[in-house]
Amino acid sequence: MSLRIVVAVKYVPDATGDRHFAEDLTTDRDAVDGLLSELDEYAVEQALQIAEEADDAEITVLTVGPEDAKDALRKALSMGADQAVHVEDDALHGTDALGTSLVLAKAIEHVGYDLVVCGMASTDGTMGVVPAMLAERLGVPQVTLLSEVKVEDGKVTGRRDGDAASEQLEASLPAVVSVTDQSGEARYPSFKGIMAAKKKKVESLDLSDLGIEEDEVGLAGAWTKVDSAAERPARTKGTIITDEGEGGKQLAAFLAEQKFI
Amino acid sequence: MGEVLVYVDHVDGAVRKPTLELLTLARRIGEPVAVHLGAGADTAAATLAEHGAAKVLAADLPVFAEYLVVPKVDALEQAVAAVSPIAVLVPSSAEGKEIAARLAVRLGSGIITDAVDLEAGEDGPVATQSVFAAAFTTKSRVTKGVPVITVKPNSAAPEVAPAAGTVEQLAVTVGEKSTGTKVVSRTPRESTGRPELTEAAIVVSGGRGVNGAENFKVIEDLADSLGAAVGASRAAVDAGWYPHSNQVGQTGKSVSPQLYIASGISGAIQHRAGMQTSKTIVAINKDPEAPIFELVDYGVVGDLFEVVPQLTEEVKARKG
Repeated sequence: MSLRIVVAVKYVPDATGDRHFAEDLTTDRDAVDGLLSELDEYAVEQALQIAEEADDAEITVLTVGPEDAKDALRKALSMGADQAVHVEDDALHGTDALGTSLVLAKAIEHVGYDLVVCGMASTDGTMGVVPAMLAERLGVPQVTLLSEVKVEDGKVTGRRDGDAASEQLEASLPAVVSVTDQSGEARYPSFKGIMAAKKKKVESLDLSDLGIEEDEVGLAGAWTKVDSAAERPARTKGTIITDEGEGGKQLAAFLAEQKFI
Repeated sequence: MGEVLVYVDHVDGAVRKPTLELLTLARRIGEPVAVHLGAGADTAAATLAEHGAAKVLAADLPVFAEYLVVPKVDALEQAVAAVSPIAVLVPSSAEGKEIAARLAVRLGSGIITDAVDLEAGEDGPVATQSVFAAAFTTKSRVTKGVPVITVKPNSAAPEVAPAAGTVEQLAVTVGEKSTGTKVVSRTPRESTGRPELTEAAIVVSGGRGVNGAENFKVIEDLADSLGAAVGASRAAVDAGWYPHSNQVGQTGKSVSPQLYIASGISGAIQHRAGMQTSKTIVAINKDPEAPIFELVDYGVVGDLFEVVPQLTEEVKARKG
């Protein structure tokens, strides 16, 4: 039987751009170009490698986001994913992590899955909570923050490198996996891959397709509220010297003056 | 005043500093009740009491170590049911965030992660966060359920505020679905003898300019002279020169020490995201145009292999 893999990805504002908040204190998605979150490329890559190892596998890449989020799906399809699902609904604007995990979980169940693969966090919100929330909502094992992952005989195994220890984990499928940026460089889409992606199926779903009420999501349905967002004041310009043989000593004098030595 | 649950991060009863910071923040909004899972509750209780814990709810089951994350969520959920707290605070470690995430789903509560400050507000605790690579500071609060908030290390100076710290056993029932992910083996990290990166008062980091694993000794020597932790940029880690556990930046650790010394690091957004809330920033870089110099309090344009060893010698000399 075919191994059904769903990769959950996020379309984010480019982190190298000048990111801002919109008036309603949600992320301003117009100010900066969007793209597939870099950390999700690792998830797509690991899904592709797992699929290559399996006899028969199908990868569905899934995102929740505005119209432009299709770009993130196209990128994943051009890397080699088989098909895509885009959950798009005006009522989703301002949805928090809990709401997002609800929509993703329903969409994953709608698609059908043996394995869900996620990145370690998004590069905009950077919370890193969605994989654990998905496992909780789907009621399946969470095998997260892996720097190495393998699927074999209905089991997922992997290595989780924590602060205090490195752990070897094992769980039965179905399961939710998240992979870190240490899991292996993501491939670049080939020209052939880019051309093929244009013909791949992208299914669009809205909240009613998933049986989700509008008030469960969106800014009004969020269980947290941002009251204010202030730009961090620029750091005051410091002293910059050029080393002419005494740079280390001058730096030491500064550190002593600041009572660090 | 309501009770605030504080999840204790510890190693066999040795309480890690971020938990003491959490107790200090918890006292601003209510009465801290610590939740200690695993061995060593009696040892930990003394430290927890000294920093304001009125009670210590303890449970020590083998499943906490044998299975990933979820049995701890069961325990914390049951602690919430027993205490009916006004908030739950968890350290922002990788595991802490996952525990908080699942707890929030179960409680039907809003969640805030990576708070850098916390204060009491009219409508519940107000959390300060540093977002978009620390370019913005936001203030947020949870509007539904018991607020679940994870707090970053170095968010407060731990205060001594003696309280009873009475140890009470917490009865924990572990759900059938909570033992889905087995921890087959665990290899502890070898201790370097240096302070923990996220907790250190001083961090010395090396980047692309260090140009080789063997050259990191220059960085380590400076760190040791200052009693500092060692960090590395993503470029240095990706090149295999230093372990990922020491990476500072968006996909590594985010640090906020009193003093951050960047050597041979250009200061890409990826790196800045992890260090720009440091109090004093110092950089050594060959390139006068390196973006890191926009952040510094003191910068030296020069060869790090000249400047850093000279600095190390001078620090040693001054410290005697």
